[in-house]
Amino acid sequence: MSESLVLLGIIIAASSGVPGLLLGRTSISGQWVTTFLAVLGAALGLGGVVWFWATGESHPVVLQWSLPGAEFRVAIDGLSAIFLVPVFLISLLGNIYGLGYWKQTEHPQNGRKLRLFYGTMTAGMALLVIAQNSILFLFGWEIMALSAFFLVTTEDNEKEVRETGWIYLVATHVATLCLFALFAVLHAANGSFTLGPLKPETLRPGAATAIFVLALVGFGLKAGIMPLHIWLPSAHAMAPSHVSAMMSGVLIKMGIYGLVRITSFLPHPPREWGILLLGLGVASGVLGVAFAIGQHDLKRLLAYHSIENIGIIVMGLGLALIGRSLDRADWIILGLGGALLHVWNHALFKALLFLCAGSVIHAAHTREIDRLGGLAKVMPRTSLCFLVGAVAICGLPPLNGFVSEFLIYLGLFGTLMNGERRSFAGSSFAAPALALIGALAVACFVKVYGAVFLGTARSEHARHAHESPPSMLAPMGVLVACCFLIGLAPLLIAPILQQAVSAWAPNLEVVGPRLATLAPLVWITVMGLLLIVALLLGGAVLWTRLDRRAVEEGVTWGCGYVAPTPRMQYTSSSFAQMLVGMFRWVLRPRTHQPKDLPLFPPATSFHSEVPDVVLDVVVLPTFRFTAWLFSWCRVLQQGNIQIYLLYIFLALIALLLWR
Amino acid sequence: MVPLLDPLLIVALTLNFVALGVSRIRGVINAVALQGVLLGILALFVHPAIGTRVILLVAVTVGLKGFVIPRYLVHALREANIQDEVKPGVGSFMGSLSLGAVGTGLAMVFSDTLPLAEQHKHLLLVPASLATVWTGFLMLTTRKRAIMQVLGYLLLENGIFMFGLLLLEATPFLVEVGILLDLFTGVFVMAIIIHHISREFASTSTEHLTELKG
Amino acid sequence: METIFHDAVHILLALGLPPLLLGLIAKTKALFAGRVGPPVLQPYYDLIKLFQKGSVFSTTTTWVFRAGPVVGLVTAVIAVLMIPLAGATAPLSFTGDFVLLAYLLGLGRFFTASAALDTGSPFEGMGAAREVTFACLAEPAFFLGMLVLAKLSGSLQLADMLGSSLASHWTADGESLVLVLLSWFIILLAENSRIPFDDPNTHLELTMIHEVMVLDHGGPAFGMILYGAALKLFVFGALVVRLAFPRTGGSPWLDWPIFVGGMLVVAVAIGVVESIMARLRMTHVPVLLVAACLLSGFGIILLVR
Repeated sequence: MSESLVLLGIIIAASSGVPGLLLGRTSISGQWVTTFLAVLGAALGLGGVVWFWATGESHPVVLQWSLPGAEFRVAIDGLSAIFLVPVFLISLLGNIYGLGYWKQTEHPQNGRKLRLFYGTMTAGMALLVIAQNSILFLFGWEIMALSAFFLVTTEDNEKEVRETGWIYLVATHVATLCLFALFAVLHAANGSFTLGPLKPETLRPGAATAIFVLALVGFGLKAGIMPLHIWLPSAHAMAPSHVSAMMSGVLIKMGIYGLVRITSFLPHPPREWGILLLGLGVASGVLGVAFAIGQHDLKRLLAYHSIENIGIIVMGLGLALIGRSLDRADWIILGLGGALLHVWNHALFKALLFLCAGSVIHAAHTREIDRLGGLAKVMPRTSLCFLVGAVAICGLPPLNGFVSEFLIYLGLFGTLMNGERRSFAGSSFAAPALALIGALAVACFVKVYGAVFLGTARSEHARHAHESPPSMLAPMGVLVACCFLIGLAPLLIAPILQQAVSAWAPNLEVVGPRLATLAPLVWITVMGLLLIVALLLGGAVLWTRLDRRAVEEGVTWGCGYVAPTPRMQYTSSSFAQMLVGMFRWVLRPRTHQPKDLPLFPPATSFHSEVPDVVLDVVVLPTFRFTAWLFSWCRVLQQGNIQIYLLYIFLALIALLLWR
Repeated sequence: MVPLLDPLLIVALTLNFVALGVSRIRGVINAVALQGVLLGILALFVHPAIGTRVILLVAVTVGLKGFVIPRYLVHALREANIQDEVKPGVGSFMGSLSLGAVGTGLAMVFSDTLPLAEQHKHLLLVPASLATVWTGFLMLTTRKRAIMQVLGYLLLENGIFMFGLLLLEATPFLVEVGILLDLFTGVFVMAIIIHHISREFASTSTEHLTELKG
Repeated sequence: METIFHDAVHILLALGLPPLLLGLIAKTKALFAGRVGPPVLQPYYDLIKLFQKGSVFSTTTTWVFRAGPVVGLVTAVIAVLMIPLAGATAPLSFTGDFVLLAYLLGLGRFFTASAALDTGSPFEGMGAAREVTFACLAEPAFFLGMLVLAKLSGSLQLADMLGSSLASHWTADGESLVLVLLSWFIILLAENSRIPFDDPNTHLELTMIHEVMVLDHGGPAFGMILYGAALKLFVFGALVVRLAFPRTGGSPWLDWPIFVGGMLVVAVAIGVVESIMARLRMTHVPVLLVAACLLSGFGIILLVR
């Protein structure tokens, strides 16, 4: 029953864009019909997942498919259910947001295309999460990847968007290539294309390592683990904001889903895999947030934070793998539970942040942080939602980010107790690294919130901004409520996480402890409520004291200057300067400053930026070098038909001679 | 071994980081001098039998490393009019500290894989000596000025001295005297070079030595 | 019954003692300088005065500016209720509570820095930027110290980590604990804006860190900030005291006075450090914080070798 609901939801979501295509370019009713269908599809999908949780039964749906080796076999288990919820929820909210953000009347050329591919992307993601057959998985994967390409290049009249689309396409096709190889190796080991646990006896010696490496590269490219993150920043910056919300919140989690699924197939992974994942997670986390601090494009900054949070999720997964190789059930539960909860949390607060950013961009028509400012006074509700998102992404109590990071901390500190020497105690060093990540995230989001919403407006656009319509505010409100709910009542989610962990490591169901006993989730609820009550009390105390005494308004103290201007405020680059300086060995910031100024200098400018190091130093030069290398092959392209006939003749002889 | 061995070695290792991180040259000189004194006292603990010879040697070591050489270096500072500020020529303070930390950590890991004798296996002495050698090497390569190179060389010698403490039972007399002689020669040669560099180039940055290429 | 008594003394002490520490630090510095200095109870008089004054708010600010002091104070109060004092368990104690402690203080820092940016003044922006940058280096050092305590005590609850079993660990693994103690003292100075990180008595906006973040606050809001800062000092001081004097006599009549004595010793020590050292150049501050990280890192490496 649950699978049928989800399948129905997938079909409706996939076809939701079609009526819009038929109803013409300038019709508003097309947009309404499409949105209604998309919301209906997502709601049906969510209903299917809830049915699964309520009844706990899973009946695989098997249909005939004429492709050799393929069968249409879908089933929901605890792991798929966890990943299905963000897919449908963010799609639902994103579609409602799109009503106000990407009105068909304002964007006649690409509005219908956007809604069509939004639906197919949702359908592709949901399909791959419930697929039980490699070929079906690849179908869903490619639908998702190509829809995402078309969504990223929605505004393809701009050159930057086209270049970004190319980088994204190259990255996603390399990932798909790795996945092809991965499923080929799995087929050789398993004998069929069904996705299921492998028996270690049937594996050839190098096969397990090959599976792990291919999965890491293929799924890592999609997830955005450093250094495979090169497509992420530009793609999320150039896409429309609700598309970025979907990509950042859900698309990259499909890479995580793949990694989690593949690692669940091998019951005794070697210790080194978990340590490698832990190390990659720490590197992604620290470097992701370091790069984010140097950005001054609002959406690029948020994209780099996605890389950081993927790092945290991979850290949890690495811990769970180490636990699996040593049969430590508590490490598995805390590590994987924390990672999966962080998948949900990140989907929620990153989507919230991107929707708020879209709101800001819609009102002020610029993504540049140093052209914004003072928006809290003209957009109070958006600013409040962004503040909630910022506090959540920094992992601060009482919101949801704290709960998942708390679980991972408990897991990492647990490696110190009665573990073997060195390699396991070594993994506890990831805990201070997580603290560093959290502190850097606080620095970055104080910068963003302060520069965008607080202070005074730095440009005309920001001064004339207006609040967003309710169709854009309602999804943000829903996400805020979800953040508070998970932050204050994590005990509700514990059984769902337990079910997912059992799906990953089946022997834990009988033997292992429960998540609720390992982590003091009740205390988190108590402390969260205590914090909120105390804050309200403190606010009331201050209010009453201010009410009774004289309260005047004045100008900010400017050290004696009587005419402060908005340009005197601290900009985002100045705020980040010390941290960018500390990390300059990896960030390599570039500045363009005036040189050799005469005694009475004319008007001039200063510009600083932090480009993506891996892209600029590694990938692009490699591609340029390869292009130069291959240009030598142009010798073969003579344009003469006789020479081509000669090539065919030579190839024929070669084939005849080769056995 | 004696229970006080570990704490003294930890203080010596901390002095490595002090030498890498402080911003005044006098601070670095004090750190290296203090480390030398500590090593002299350490020799007192490690030596199997305490007699007049050992006490004399310890006194000479402490006197040389802790008083004579530092005083001479301070004298050279004043004579050559060197500004009392450490300028990290390559990288920054944070970079040097981080590399020093990484090196110390690797020394700890690496020393467990070395084929040591049974009684030496779990001592802090071997990792501490490797870490001090690494710190000295780091200082030699990342600081450009000649006086900082002397201090790096002294740190290197401290590290080798620590390692030599392991061999005290086997070759009691020879090792210590050999090390002291080495120290003497090195410092005197360096002192003369500083004097000549500052006279020729009016500065003590070793970058100018590249001008001597043929 | 015993726990209620302990909790009551804990709350009274935690909420009443902190301003006395500030007064003691000021008195120590005055004595070093050859002055008589303000009375030791001066901070209490300051707080009472501030809560009765009026306020001036800048037109640039929003509700975030008014919320900053409230969040800073509330997080400090809850933090103070989580630290075990004098060998007894704190009123709020559970597994992993030290993580919540660190992140609560982070929440306070987030809102204080945001309130500073709300004024639109470059001075506050400068102070906020420096404060969040230095916090990035102080947090890992704190957690590295916690690794040492977790390894030694085998538990993740502050009451056990800083409990009476620590006394036996001092004799066995004293070196690691000394390093952690030094590291935590450096973090105490950094997080509470003491010399050598920040001069609490400077009057130049360009050289301030914490003082300039709260430059525009006045009246009751500033009183909340001052009290919150005193509570934060109490939190870090209590951690240092519990680490340094873990031995408990057994009877509460002995334990609490020993603890209070320890806190006063820490306050005098801070005053002494402030009097004999000068403030570090801004670029050298990260170096000292990295040194604190390394000290704690050393401590844990020694344990897991």
